[in-house]
Amino acid sequence: MMREPGLPAATRQRLVLVGNGMAGVRTLEELLKLAPELYEIAVFGAEPHPNYNRILLSPVLAGEMKLEDIILNGREWYAEHGIRLHLGKTVTKIDRRRRVVVADDGTEEPYDRLILATGSNPFVLPVPGKDLPGVLSYRDIADTDAMIEAAKHYQHAVVIGGGLLGLEAANGLRLRGMDVTVVHLMPWLMERQLDRVAAGMLQQSLEKKGLHFLLEKQTAEIVKGESGRVAAVRFKDGMEVPADLVVMAVGIRPNTTLAESAGLHVNRGIVVNDTMQTYDPRIYAIGECVAHRGIAYGLVAPLFDMAKVCANHLAQFGIDRYEGSVTSTKLKVTGVDLFSAGDFMGGKDAEEIVLHDPAGGVYKKLVIRGDKLVGGVLYGDTADGAWYFQLLKDRQDVGEIRDHLMFGNAHLGDGGHEGQSKAAGLPDSAEVCGCNGVCKGTIVKAIKEKGLFSLEDVRKHTKASSSCGSCTGLVEQILASAVGGAYQPADTKTKPMCGCTDLTHEDVRKTIREQKLLSIPAAMRFMEWRAPNGCASCRPALNYYLISTWPHEAEDDPQSRFINERAHANIQKDGTYSVVPRMWGGTTSSSELRRIADVVDKYAIPTVKVTGGQRIDLLGVKKEDLPAVWADLAMPSGHAYGKSLRTVKTCVGSEWCRFGVQDSTRMGIELEKMLYGMWSPHKVKLAVSGCPRNCAESGIKDVGVIGVDSGFEIYVAGNGGIKTEVAQFLAKVATHEEVLEMSGAFLQLYREEARYLDRTVHYVKRVGLDYVKKKVVEDAANRKALYDRLLYALSGYVDPWLERAKGADRAQFESIPA
Amino acid sequence: MRRVCNLQDIPKLGSRVVRTEAHGDIAVFRNAEDEVFALADKCPHKGGPLSQGIVFGKSVACPLHNWTIGLEDGEAAAPDKGCAHRFAVRVEADGSVLLDA
Repeated sequence: MMREPGLPAATRQRLVLVGNGMAGVRTLEELLKLAPELYEIAVFGAEPHPNYNRILLSPVLAGEMKLEDIILNGREWYAEHGIRLHLGKTVTKIDRRRRVVVADDGTEEPYDRLILATGSNPFVLPVPGKDLPGVLSYRDIADTDAMIEAAKHYQHAVVIGGGLLGLEAANGLRLRGMDVTVVHLMPWLMERQLDRVAAGMLQQSLEKKGLHFLLEKQTAEIVKGESGRVAAVRFKDGMEVPADLVVMAVGIRPNTTLAESAGLHVNRGIVVNDTMQTYDPRIYAIGECVAHRGIAYGLVAPLFDMAKVCANHLAQFGIDRYEGSVTSTKLKVTGVDLFSAGDFMGGKDAEEIVLHDPAGGVYKKLVIRGDKLVGGVLYGDTADGAWYFQLLKDRQDVGEIRDHLMFGNAHLGDGGHEGQSKAAGLPDSAEVCGCNGVCKGTIVKAIKEKGLFSLEDVRKHTKASSSCGSCTGLVEQILASAVGGAYQPADTKTKPMCGCTDLTHEDVRKTIREQKLLSIPAAMRFMEWRAPNGCASCRPALNYYLISTWPHEAEDDPQSRFINERAHANIQKDGTYSVVPRMWGGTTSSSELRRIADVVDKYAIPTVKVTGGQRIDLLGVKKEDLPAVWADLAMPSGHAYGKSLRTVKTCVGSEWCRFGVQDSTRMGIELEKMLYGMWSPHKVKLAVSGCPRNCAESGIKDVGVIGVDSGFEIYVAGNGGIKTEVAQFLAKVATHEEVLEMSGAFLQLYREEARYLDRTVHYVKRVGLDYVKKKVVEDAANRKALYDRLLYALSGYVDPWLERAKGADRAQFESIPA
Repeated sequence: MRRVCNLQDIPKLGSRVVRTEAHGDIAVFRNAEDEVFALADKCPHKGGPLSQGIVFGKSVACPLHNWTIGLEDGEAAAPDKGCAHRFAVRVEADGSVLLDA
């Protein structure tokens, strides 16, 4: 949308942004998404550059990227959105009475709403010599340029401050050929992010890269040389090190000068409420210049949350609140895998789980308080950093999984990237996403060049992790190491269902139940969906929630189902379909096999294949042939295409097998007949084995039954797909009837509570097996009620193939001849 | 332009396939507002049959890899790039759907 800047827009309010950095511009981006026409916008930036990615200054310093690579919004972006851009102008005055801001060159902009995003200033040690030529701080493009220039002409660099920024600066200067010494006041590096052990390992690996360290050294003076430029740094204890360049990276202070001069309340930072408003409600403040609930954040991640909330309020929605952020840190030094989050030091009431392998270069510490993970440090293997951070942010109960918590989520069963779990060590040519053939280098390049910050963005732009998702952990790691602390996994507990609504899956379900909503239009109207008929992601979910909450009452909308469930066959890459008839418990007969053979001949079906679920797949059937194929087969649908009951795999069991102790085939058929026609959040697979040899592979099924001499053991939430997950023991029962009731009750609980597209493993991981046991095993009345609701939902189900073979839904299968 | 079907023959938020000699399969879509659109039934990504996708607003999601294609212009939604060929189509007062192909 092109708008002429400066067009008279009487209806538009005037919005002025002071501070052209990441926080402010992100707010504008969010605002333009919500309300593109609401404001006439002007932006002031003190630096002469358009908005750039400040966190990528380190790779620029290290020579891994160029300045032009880190521009986030070029001048054309401002023009495209009709934003007046004042570069190289520092705002010096806010006249709150007249509602005008004034810049140092006299430029004035009136405002109805004002955003202060003035960021922070580096803290400069008040020591003699701090203003000498050759003494810098590390904050912006000018500083970076000055360091790069200094590295060309001088040898000795001293970085004061062994924190995140200091180490990145030191690493960059070293890569530019300087002899670098890092000076730190504290006994170990990065003491705000690391414990002593991890810091020691980090120091060692940086020493291997050629850096020198002086710990517990207090700077007393920066010494002037004969040329007038800095020559050395002298410490309190009298020691002196030569220095042609001194970089001070000892911390930042919120830049509140402007706010203070305007009489706004400042306490450390500019004080804001949960909608990012200062004491003057027309004036917002966000980013590093802010103090929110007493905290001034020095990392980039929280500003994205702040920007969303601020934009939401500016767009006059006013429903979003910023409630603070939990932050994590990732050091952006190539080849060092380091992750830290939350309260990593622990303390009296906390417990620590520690794994330390000095030779292998791996150190992991998790800090637990009660049943919650509250912090952690990972060094050398950060594959699970994002997962731990998620557990921490979601305040998830980790009591049940604490015995294997240390081993993470990514260590077992992932496929598609050669079992690799460490991102930093991978070469750029390593394939990360085996589904879409995306290499590490491609991902890193996209993140940097396109300015991506979220997993969602990386998926959109590179396709990595967008199909099966098994490489998600690896991609998150790559993202985290490229953007450092700016990466924040989404808070899954409050994540909206999709862009069409702010409600979560749980909210939507609850509303459908409480308001008895019976159709998609009714649900969308009541919940005030933003897009009139939703999108391809929310409609199938809504349809499922409706029919599972109100069986026999809610309207099942075929146009909101994915094509496979609409056509009752599985679409193939060439647009033909596959047909899998149901074979109860994997059993068939000569007459069924004869009919299948005849159908294959009659419709010239190119491929016939035995499936992994003990059935036969006919591949390459034309859509128009489907009803006739079904009529000739005269077998029920195998639902191999649906978020529904798939197969019940069985072994031959005690009827034939000399080891079998239970009639697993009959048990399997009984389960399959009971569950026939069951729609569910995702596909559901079962297996029944007749003895503990478990030939039907019950250990990797949503519900796996294993016959033992005295009855049946029931396992749930296994998965043999994307990520191998071993099913967990739910209960032991004696009879076939009990197997039906227990399995049915578990699946009904899953049907009622899981999010759409969650497999049972995801659902059980979220709620915990103890919860499932409480509802299904320990509470007999609740089990019976769940089971009854399942049977009611499934009652009267008509085979979809039979219906269509008789002529139902005919138009779908017929094309219009020209 | 020639008549291919009635508006009622296309499901709301759905489509029908018109088989032509000259242009192959053409997907004719109907949205919630009873507007009709016609695109070559081939996703610019990997040739998926767009007619089989989920229709929402003025878009369709390809059933193979979920690319979103604009019904008005045939363009893939960013960051994907590609375009499905468009055909002129309109609904007459009597409900006849006329297609230029």
